[in-house]
Amino acid sequence: MINVDGLSKSYGDFKAVDDISFMIRDGEITGLLGPNGAGKTTTLRMLSCYLSPDSGSIKVDEKNSAENSLDIKRMIGYLPESAPLYGDMMVYDYLKYVAELRGVTGEERISEVASICRIRDVMHKNINELSKGYKQRVGLAHAMMHDPDILILDEPTSGLDPIEIVEIRNLIKELGKKKTVILSTHILSEVEATCDRVIIINRGRIVADDSTENLQSAVKGDKDIILRVSGTDFSGLKEAVYGIDGVKNVASIDGEEFTSAVLTVDHQVEIRPELFRAAVQNNWVIYEMKQEHLSLENVFRELTTGGEDERVK
Amino acid sequence: MKGLNESLIIMRKELKGYFNSPIAYIVITVFLAFTGFFFFKDFFYYNQAEMRGLFQTLPLMLSFVVPAVTMKLFAEERQTGSFEILMTLPVSAWDAVLGKFFAGTVFAAVMLSPTLIYLVTVFLVGSPDPGPVIGGYIGAVFLAAAYTSIGLLTSSFTRNQIVSFIISWAACFLLWILDKVIIFLPAKLGFLSYLGSDFHFQNIARGIIDSRDLIYFASVCAISLMFTVKTIEERR
Repeated sequence: MINVDGLSKSYGDFKAVDDISFMIRDGEITGLLGPNGAGKTTTLRMLSCYLSPDSGSIKVDEKNSAENSLDIKRMIGYLPESAPLYGDMMVYDYLKYVAELRGVTGEERISEVASICRIRDVMHKNINELSKGYKQRVGLAHAMMHDPDILILDEPTSGLDPIEIVEIRNLIKELGKKKTVILSTHILSEVEATCDRVIIINRGRIVADDSTENLQSAVKGDKDIILRVSGTDFSGLKEAVYGIDGVKNVASIDGEEFTSAVLTVDHQVEIRPELFRAAVQNNWVIYEMKQEHLSLENVFRELTTGGEDERVK
Repeated sequence: MKGLNESLIIMRKELKGYFNSPIAYIVITVFLAFTGFFFFKDFFYYNQAEMRGLFQTLPLMLSFVVPAVTMKLFAEERQTGSFEILMTLPVSAWDAVLGKFFAGTVFAAVMLSPTLIYLVTVFLVGSPDPGPVIGGYIGAVFLAAAYTSIGLLTSSFTRNQIVSFIISWAACFLLWILDKVIIFLPAKLGFLSYLGSDFHFQNIARGIIDSRDLIYFASVCAISLMFTVKTIEERR
């Protein structure tokens, strides 16, 4: 269990993290979400004992970071932002070095970690020669080497291609079944895809802290349905769907060959069957009907408006 | 001791890093070219079968070469961000500093070792007094250790290796020149020559291994390393 109480950190005049407190229970995947420059990296750096806080305390399993930083470092596996590994070292040499410093003996663990992170085929390459995705995976292997109970990952998927992102996310989810994982991101869909719990940070303060589902349903906002049909024009479509209960607004969007519209619908109402029946009645052909869950995005936008400016870290 | 073990792991990694890159070989070549010149100048011009020429120029040579070796130790880690990796592994600041210090000192010793060939040459053609030779090598290692600790300190100040090189070269050069400029200062400041590195080195290189000289080098190391650890912990 990680207990953070009243944590603050300033760089000169700039307050990067301003009096934040939270608790992380064992076995959860927690996402630290916020715009760039919100204080995510600073928070994670303090959790990993790289930076020491100006005030406040971090307790990991009743061990205080100010006094037992070495013990805490032993419990944590940490992957810094963009994996700044020793570029002139070979992957194998690097992992061996980390294993030695972590007190991990035996080749088995190195090859085991390499298999989990799927870097076996690059073990004898220099880290500099690796693609960003492979480098990130080596970083992950570095963090997992001593089989820590807590994994702290700073923007684990930034700069990766879509396939690599999915792979890393699956890996994180797999790890999260047994371990406590804390990751930071500024990508909302990532939190929805991987995390059990979200802490939203803006301007160094926590603005929301709840389970992903709770946050999603907390905002009884609207959802959007994109509809593309043929066999009618926009005004005909508009007339027909306005009658359906729950539809708040119908707006035209560009469609090359179809009549396309965005329907704004009340969050709790399911209108897709009604839309289908309307299409059948009026002899339309539906080419696309897509519902977009924007609730978490709304939360994020509401809570962090004005916080988008990138500041010097 | 457990802590020392971690330093040794870091030292091994740094040494591997040195010898896997061309920098090590360039530095060693330059060093040997210059010391070789000063050695063979005396050897052939003056027909002197002794190592004095070498040991006289050694402190000046080391004040250039050692900063080139140490400049990357912390500056590069800061520049690339791998410093964050190092400091979140379960090592204390002392482990990291000592590991890098040992690596720099061992590197300097390796760099000095080919000059033993000169020694063989000297013994083949003459019979030099062994005292100054033994003293010279012991002194050279101590001097290299002291310069390494200074280089390590300046490397921890900055993320720019060039800045680190220039500052540590200036500091080492100042220590070297101190006992030579003392004649320009009032007699009252004469004690300052005790702070000069060359003053102590030449004492040892005469073949007299005095605890005062060894304590001088040990203190330079201790003070520099202490400040290095402080600098690293301050930056957290």
